[in-house]
Amino acid sequence: MSGEPIIRVQEVTKAFGGIIALSKVSFDVHEGEILGIIGPNGSGKTTIVNCITGFIRKTSGRVFYRGRDISDKPPHKIADMGITRTFQIMRPYYTLPAYKNLVIPLFSPRAKRTGGWRGGGRRGDRNTVGIDILEEIGFERDSYVPYKTASTLPTGYLKRLELARCLALRPEVVICDEIFSGLSMSEIASMVPLIERLQMDGITLIMIEHRLRELFRVSNRVIVLNFGEKLIEGNPQEVMADPKVREAYFGSQKVEEVMNHA
Amino acid sequence: MTVSNGQRRKERIDRGIKVRTEGIYALSSLRELSYLSVPRLVLIIGMLSLPFAMPSIYWQRVITITCIYALLALSFDFLAHYVGLVCLGGAFFVGTGGYLAAIANTTFGLPPWVTVPLAAVVGGSLCTLLLMPCLPLRGVYFAIVSLMYPLLLARVIEALDILGGTDGIMGIDSFPNRWVEQYFLIGILLLLTFGVRRLVNTDLGLVLRGVKDNDQAIRASGMSVTFYKSIAVFIAAVIGCLSGAYLVHIYMWSGISQFALDFSILPIAATVIGGGGTLVGPVLGCLLLVPISELLRDFGTLRIVFYALILVAFIIFRSEGLMVYGQRKYHQFERWTEV
Repeated sequence: MSGEPIIRVQEVTKAFGGIIALSKVSFDVHEGEILGIIGPNGSGKTTIVNCITGFIRKTSGRVFYRGRDISDKPPHKIADMGITRTFQIMRPYYTLPAYKNLVIPLFSPRAKRTGGWRGGGRRGDRNTVGIDILEEIGFERDSYVPYKTASTLPTGYLKRLELARCLALRPEVVICDEIFSGLSMSEIASMVPLIERLQMDGITLIMIEHRLRELFRVSNRVIVLNFGEKLIEGNPQEVMADPKVREAYFGSQKVEEVMNHA
Repeated sequence: MTVSNGQRRKERIDRGIKVRTEGIYALSSLRELSYLSVPRLVLIIGMLSLPFAMPSIYWQRVITITCIYALLALSFDFLAHYVGLVCLGGAFFVGTGGYLAAIANTTFGLPPWVTVPLAAVVGGSLCTLLLMPCLPLRGVYFAIVSLMYPLLLARVIEALDILGGTDGIMGIDSFPNRWVEQYFLIGILLLLTFGVRRLVNTDLGLVLRGVKDNDQAIRASGMSVTFYKSIAVFIAAVIGCLSGAYLVHIYMWSGISQFALDFSILPIAATVIGGGGTLVGPVLGCLLLVPISELLRDFGTLRIVFYALILVAFIIFRSEGLMVYGQRKYHQFERWTEV
């Protein structure tokens, strides 16, 4: 956890007209960790994801990836460097079967360079590689699920498909925007080991979450945002103990409950 | 025990043979094989027998013009339904391809076998380059700009009196004889129809369809949306310029009427009638529309009225288009079920 951070966010500010969505937010992400970002509604969580991945233009501030300035790069260049993201509102290719959804990212320059998932990437092989990835992520290979049209899949599978789309690029950083939200307890329970396995594979994760209990279980460090400003940064216990967080975010009684579960 | 409340609803179920022919079982019997091949063969044989069915000089011309429009409709359908770009630039492609072929033929003395592919590729690149600025944008910009270019180019040629001005370029070589002219064009049309349909199901085609469905996810997958849009526009422009180049060799003349709005609008009408997104549908739409508009010529300017009425009727009563309707009837049966 020492040395140069894999991602450094430096005083990033984003204003939508007169509304300041982010104001001088700075933090580091270290290689191999799971960083949680939490905050009440409208605190700028998704905006920071969009700023890092280049989907929106920052008003000011810089973002560095392994020491390289990526602040002004377009989103596809940033993804090509290995920073991938999921979308809070799922964005599958609705008309295609689930495994064909993965053929598209496997066609990307990065996937061609890194050789797909496990050695595939030759022409015509993307279908099998796609099904392999889906199996890793929890689609039953022998069932009909990987072959179903994305528009007919339930939310849980769509969230997994989002993650699978990221993994197809063999990313170094995955930014999950509320990957647990909208899932049932059992779906989350099966998702958590998946996240842990990604970390064991050496992927750095940034997780934007509302589901605090699950987040605290997997994350190494947590950042709390409130009204576009960084409130505090630290390990889950420290963050939860902080009175500022209690006040801004939960109301003190809820914190006790969450802490007891964590 | 079920109590009927008298309400019924139509249920659509895939035919057994459709499901069987989706996998390897398609090879199991002649019936399955013919289920798959007959519709395709009908199109191929039908197209190939057209010159024999209608051998008069007048209808020969109608058939070739129909094929020209069919190529444009194919390129429109590909861009609109597989890449999400509404292209009103049929006239732009025809004009560019036409003038390039005319110049290559009259100035450099190249034969039609060289000028047509040359004009297709060079014209395609040129059109793509000119349309490039509006590709990073979402929305109506592409449609507007592609509609504007042919008007602009026609006025430029007229005002500067270049490339023959309002007289156009005359004395362009024709094809050796009418059979070559017809069959070569029909061959190209069939090849491109099946070729484009194959293309949209390749991995590259899936990416193009992804651009239409969901360009943000394409970006998040590390691919430039603009790049893939320009590839698609290039493919469509090559098809369009090819038809334009072919057209000037049929007419043996290239003029500013090659930039006429007809080349942009009629393919769209044909796509509406034939069924968008089927690629074959727009071709069939042209096979209907162009001859109809020829038959209506007797009515003079009134033919536009009939034309419009046919279109409106289609949009109201069969908005899905002939091909989509036909495919549904072919693949599925319907029955009424009690609700």
